[in-house]
Amino acid sequence: MSGIYTGLLLGLGVLSCLVVVAVCRRMKIVDPEGHPIHLALGMMRYMPWFLWAVIKANIDVVRRILHPRLPMAPRVIRVEASQKTHLGQVIYANSITLTPGTVAVETDEGTIDVHALTRESAEEVRSGDMDRRVTDMEGER
Amino acid sequence: MFAAAMVGVLATMLLALVRALKGPTVYDRVLAVNMFGTKTVLLLSVIGFLTGRPDFLDLGLVYALINFIGTIAILKYVSTAGEEEAQA
Amino acid sequence: MEALLYYASWACLLLGAGFCFVGGLGLLRLPDFYSRMHGGGVTDTLGAGLILLGLMFQSGLSLATIKLVMIGLFLLLASPVATHAIARAARHSGFAPQGTGEE
Repeated sequence: MSGIYTGLLLGLGVLSCLVVVAVCRRMKIVDPEGHPIHLALGMMRYMPWFLWAVIKANIDVVRRILHPRLPMAPRVIRVEASQKTHLGQVIYANSITLTPGTVAVETDEGTIDVHALTRESAEEVRSGDMDRRVTDMEGER
Repeated sequence: MFAAAMVGVLATMLLALVRALKGPTVYDRVLAVNMFGTKTVLLLSVIGFLTGRPDFLDLGLVYALINFIGTIAILKYVSTAGEEEAQA
Repeated sequence: MEALLYYASWACLLLGAGFCFVGGLGLLRLPDFYSRMHGGGVTDTLGAGLILLGLMFQSGLSLATIKLVMIGLFLLLASPVATHAIARAARHSGFAPQGTGEE
């Protein structure tokens, strides 16, 4: 990261990487979810839609914060997470939390408790649009 | 231009600090401190460009890691500290 | 092209700082803990993203841009996890969200 590429520095870097991998193997915390490269293609199709959703939600939340009377109706709803693997459910929960106006409070097998700032954002999650897209992305390998 | 962005980030940090001092529950404080840390990363990046020293980006990267681990560590501590302290 | 990039980064930096500020305002103004999380979410996504994007426009294709991308990716992965952890801890300690309650 420093822009200096001498043999000594690169060698030390490789050495420390190997040591870390060896230690992790000894601690048996290397799992098949470590490097989800198989999702890269689906991710590429999911990302633009997700970014657009985030921008829309951002503008909505900012409007509500700046409104003098703070128009909102917070609520907790429970939605289905139809992803097959834990990794897919984590991606879905992270997507919900990253979208302003909704936060994933509790996750369970197949369901997620979502705290929503307004009725509209709760409906947005409940419609299952994002859920379907994450499942599509996961299914494509 | 960088100075303007810096003022904005600094003002946000001030707001987060006020919430951290006021926050009725300990979770408000943790949330505010976490946000303060995120803004510190941004501030470090902007300072790096303002002074023409991109080395500051490395500091920002490391600070992001420490901030995340620190938040999780505080939460672990709070969740084992007991209910009556959580109201403080 | 140069001028275009210059103005794009200018706009991104100012917009990002603005979003950050509004998010901080939300953190201060919103009435209860669970809604304050959403205020923090604004600064974590668009605020941080736009400022980093503005800096990327400024640095062009260089090592600094790679570092900025790494900072952005890490914030994108870590901030929802941290927010979720805080929300979960608060809920487990028995704070009920204000408003219409559970449905």
